[in-house]
Amino acid sequence: MANAANAPRQKVVISTRVDKVSTGARLTSSFRATIAVIVALIMLIPVAWMAMTAFKTRPDAVAVPPKVFFEPSFEGFVSLLTSRRQLTNDEIAVYQQRTDLGWADQIALIRGQAITGPSAFPRQLLNSLIISGVSTVFSVGFGVLSAYAFSRFPVPGKDDLLFFILSQRMLPPVVVTIPIFLMYRQVGLHDTHIGMVLLYTAFNLSFSVWLLKGFIDEIPREYEEAAMVDGYTRLQAFRKIVLPQATTGIAATTVFSLIFSWNEYAFALMLTSDAARTAPPSIPLVLGTGGIEWAAIAAGSLAFLIPVVIITFLLRRHLLRGVTFGAIRKG
Amino acid sequence: MRYVNSSNVKGRPVSQVNAQRGLSSRQETVPPAGRRQLSDMRIVQLFILPTIILLILMNIFPLIYSLFLSFTNYSVISSDPPVWVGLENYTHILSDPDFWHNFATTGTYALLSVSLQTIVGFALAMLLRSKFTGSGIITTLVLVPMMLSPIVVAVFWRLIFNPSFGILNPILGFTDINTSPEWLGDPALALWAIVIVDVWQWSPFVMLLCLAGLSAIPEYLYEAAAIDRASAWFQFRRITLPQVMPLLLIAVLFRTIEAFKQFDLVQGLTFGGPGDATETVSVELYRLAFQGQFETGLSSALAYIVLVVIIAISNLYIRALNRLREG
Repeated sequence: MANAANAPRQKVVISTRVDKVSTGARLTSSFRATIAVIVALIMLIPVAWMAMTAFKTRPDAVAVPPKVFFEPSFEGFVSLLTSRRQLTNDEIAVYQQRTDLGWADQIALIRGQAITGPSAFPRQLLNSLIISGVSTVFSVGFGVLSAYAFSRFPVPGKDDLLFFILSQRMLPPVVVTIPIFLMYRQVGLHDTHIGMVLLYTAFNLSFSVWLLKGFIDEIPREYEEAAMVDGYTRLQAFRKIVLPQATTGIAATTVFSLIFSWNEYAFALMLTSDAARTAPPSIPLVLGTGGIEWAAIAAGSLAFLIPVVIITFLLRRHLLRGVTFGAIRKG
Repeated sequence: MRYVNSSNVKGRPVSQVNAQRGLSSRQETVPPAGRRQLSDMRIVQLFILPTIILLILMNIFPLIYSLFLSFTNYSVISSDPPVWVGLENYTHILSDPDFWHNFATTGTYALLSVSLQTIVGFALAMLLRSKFTGSGIITTLVLVPMMLSPIVVAVFWRLIFNPSFGILNPILGFTDINTSPEWLGDPALALWAIVIVDVWQWSPFVMLLCLAGLSAIPEYLYEAAAIDRASAWFQFRRITLPQVMPLLLIAVLFRTIEAFKQFDLVQGLTFGGPGDATETVSVELYRLAFQGQFETGLSSALAYIVLVVIIAISNLYIRALNRLREG
């Protein structure tokens, strides 16, 4: 057949038919897959180690050599979430007789401690949640409006304005913080929720305008124009046509904005001290009686990371857009 | 204030004024069916207004304020009002070898971490390029580090680097505590430790961009090359590399900007120590402004110098982005 004469002398490396691909190429591909799996596992060792440490007891966490197998314990979480006091030997004996102790009390008692109340950490986690939640609502809300205006109308000086908005994101936090610190101290916004919400909203707005503009650019103008011919006003067309079409984009922007403010450290370190302190600046400072409580720190980090990891999986299709400010779409 | 107002009216392009007139006249002649309608121009203004106000309030005003402060000897903790000292802060910074040391540290750090990330990230992308069973999950798993909070990452790496109970040294084969490297305590190693963590966290970012570039390469280029019996190296050099280059450039520029800003990792891992071995500009800036003497004026001047450097790099970055959008 003519087919045989025309057959390429080169080995077939890519084909939709499995039997046409040479054995060598198939071996290379499975070899590559194995390497990829190994690399991925190696990269996750640090996270896995932290997750393991979170469930270790205090002596296990600092054992030499490091313990890979250990008896899991919630001691780290208990020391993270509670403040405790050391009991005297007599008191320990009394406590051991008691039957009304909860499981957290019993874990604390193993180390001869009694729980006196919750620690600052739950409140800081709540602060993180409130501040990142509220600022995300505002930055995505304002972002959607501006993105629509920039996407559909000839705004004077549009390109300059857009790049100016983006460049705000490039500044090191410390540079911006010095004047904001002075400003906040003047108007009494230092260490307040409102101050942090304002700052994070402004900080994330540049990001959300850019990301959302990309998503709105993709919605055909004709949809709104058709609706307006049918008697919708511009605002109605925006609300009933554009917003529903942009749902995916809005959701992705919301989640990215949430992660950014949830993870933010520098601003929170410099502009909060107690009342509005978020979790990131305090995680490195979880100190127990006598030295660093690694199990507690790991527990705090784990509690802080789990939502982000889950979100990463949900967001994986939009990651590329998100981390490049919407500039690059999936090719 | 008056100047701003008048410039607004006079500086407005003629076409825009015409457009507005055109719109309003159309509204008068063709009233929408019984509804009060906002003109498009009005909608644009309303929609952009919150963004602009917030930017002016939280970005522009603070920057102008700190420009003023950078020419004064003001300190947050003293009750004296700012006194104008001219360029003294700037000349002080530019003639002090300590500050040059900070800049050198930042530069070394940026160079090391960005080049390593580029290599590792590109290699990862080549590895994960072709699909196999479970490649989606693996890719997402590799991407997890870059979504984590840098300060939390720094904290758990501190546990890993620990010379007595950390796991890095045993993994690397150092079992004797007395001879094993002290990653964060040794001035020669501390910067490398930060580079390692940064590479671990951000290589996936480079990988993500490279993967996007790789997946956009049309298959027929490789087929054509295969017909011409081009070697694998030739295909890589002449097809893969040039096609990925624009995205790789974006990744490199973005990471360079971030490396110059580096604060969280250093603060979490070494606090700039040991000595001043890992004191990057951002950390020095933080110390100057918020610790010790609270030298607000001096730190504002340093902040402005950093600002100029960052703006220069971001300009390159934005230009690269623009070229990519157009091309």
